[in-house]
Amino acid sequence: MKIIVLLKRVPDTEAKILINQEGTGIREDGVKFIINTYDEYGIEEGIKLKEKIGGDSKVTVVCLGPEESTEVIRTALAMGADDAVHICDPALKAPSPFTTAAVLAKAIGEEGFDIIFCGKQGIDDDTAQVQSGLAEMLDIPQVNIAGSFELSEDASKAVVGRRIEGGTEMIETSLPVIVSCDKGLNEPRYASLPGIMKAKKKEIRTRTLADLGFDEAPGAGASRILKWLTLPKGGECRMVEAEEVSDAVKELARLLREEAKII
Amino acid sequence: MANDVLVFGELRGGEIKKVVRELIAAGKVITESTGGSIDAVLMGRGSENEAEKVRKLGLRKIAVLSDEILDNYSTEGYAEALAGMIKEEGYGYILLGATAMGRDLGPRTAAKVDGVMFSDCVDLRVEGTSLVARRPVYSGKLLIDITPVGDHPVFVTIRPNNIAPAGEGADSSDVVQRPSGVTREMIRAIATEIVPLSGGRPDVSEADVIVSGGRAMKDAANFKLLGDLADLFGGAVGASRAAVDAGFAEQPLQVGQTGKVVNPKLYIACGISGAIQHLAGMRTSKVIVAINKDPNAPIFEKAHYGIVGDLFEIVPILTEEIKKLLN
Repeated sequence: MKIIVLLKRVPDTEAKILINQEGTGIREDGVKFIINTYDEYGIEEGIKLKEKIGGDSKVTVVCLGPEESTEVIRTALAMGADDAVHICDPALKAPSPFTTAAVLAKAIGEEGFDIIFCGKQGIDDDTAQVQSGLAEMLDIPQVNIAGSFELSEDASKAVVGRRIEGGTEMIETSLPVIVSCDKGLNEPRYASLPGIMKAKKKEIRTRTLADLGFDEAPGAGASRILKWLTLPKGGECRMVEAEEVSDAVKELARLLREEAKII
Repeated sequence: MANDVLVFGELRGGEIKKVVRELIAAGKVITESTGGSIDAVLMGRGSENEAEKVRKLGLRKIAVLSDEILDNYSTEGYAEALAGMIKEEGYGYILLGATAMGRDLGPRTAAKVDGVMFSDCVDLRVEGTSLVARRPVYSGKLLIDITPVGDHPVFVTIRPNNIAPAGEGADSSDVVQRPSGVTREMIRAIATEIVPLSGGRPDVSEADVIVSGGRAMKDAANFKLLGDLADLFGGAVGASRAAVDAGFAEQPLQVGQTGKVVNPKLYIACGISGAIQHLAGMRTSKVIVAINKDPNAPIFEKAHYGIVGDLFEIVPILTEEIKKLLN
């Protein structure tokens, strides 16, 4: 089985995100970059599936991103992916979600695939659009926000628990399919030392837009960011105090009713 | 007309979602500037009945697609039906709730009709003749204003509880039946069953009141304390990443950057110190109450009301006090 896992390089969740001086994006200096948190669940699910099926199953990581993405690709290879495709082109500096999807669709189409795993969204632009755009362009079904995944015995279909408000939608899908993963689907493994050594020898195939047959970046779903804004500053916190805890709590309840008018 | 707006009237369990009224209000922001009209589309079981609930909200027409094939949600079936309507009627703007369904259906349909899409928006306005959407990025650490380029249908998902819902007027819209054009063969992935969350409380992403616990909760059983308080409001119980990672609470309850972004009227943070990832997920809550032993906890910088002390002492008293006020 040919398993594809999508990977994105994003700022660490702990990073303080500041707007750059030109107001055109974020300040990247001093920011640590990591594998998109949700993609880690995709990598783990891909490797687990390969281990379960065995045979000539293969996990290929596909990453669209700047040169520096090599570092996170190596991490995925160290976790156990077999090889990688790194799509890197100056014309893809800040692609729209559907541009990304169109480029990925071409690359993945060339690789061949039975199943694609990815994160439910990038924790940078938070659009959660690439996987659905990709599904449409590859003409395959999609299951977003997976909290569970079960492949059938004959590997022809899968049952995926898709998280929705207040519950889980059990989705039965044929293969090939793209599944976007949520936290809790599995426990991503750490890259072991032997894994890290092996990863150095694994192949990363770098592809430019021209390699994939594009004259220029496909202009799907174009948009323009007019402005980057910081968040409005929150108000002062009113600390509720009293000699006795119970009096402070009574006062808090009163404030919530009379001042905040929330009760 | 490319100025016309189509509102996706999301149903779950045969009932129309609250966010639909908010989408209609957002649609009016667009049509007031562009002169277009607003239509709504409802799909699947219950749509005919539920159409009545939006009839007086100033829509031009409400399309009802009650084919049996749409009773259970499927991305492919719904996207096919929605794309068919967009192509036929030439809508310029398609508004969906930033719900599990809207965020799944929106981009798939947008890709079908060569559209552009803005996810999880918190505000819309029109500048000149261009739509400008405001949306959080980096899980709410920053915001961007974004506008479409070129002539494409614009899809917007709007975060629930952000825009005042449309009010009722005298005019009633036409309800029209429409075939979906969807066949069984088009659908390769479909929901066969919905398993509800344990606890029977609303989801954190939809609740008006959330009582959240952190690592200081010490174990899963103690979350009952938070549940007792949340239940007074018909609210939800939430958890910080630390509490989920420690196994005190289930992942679907997690609020924050790798959990859910929430937007309730009241957020009560109990024993949550306020890591940057947690603040990113709940900072837009209308009123934030923080209960923490540590007076220097960062949560107090984002809270509106703070109380320093032991949550195991404070929460039960607060529950009793609020119970009295509500009676």
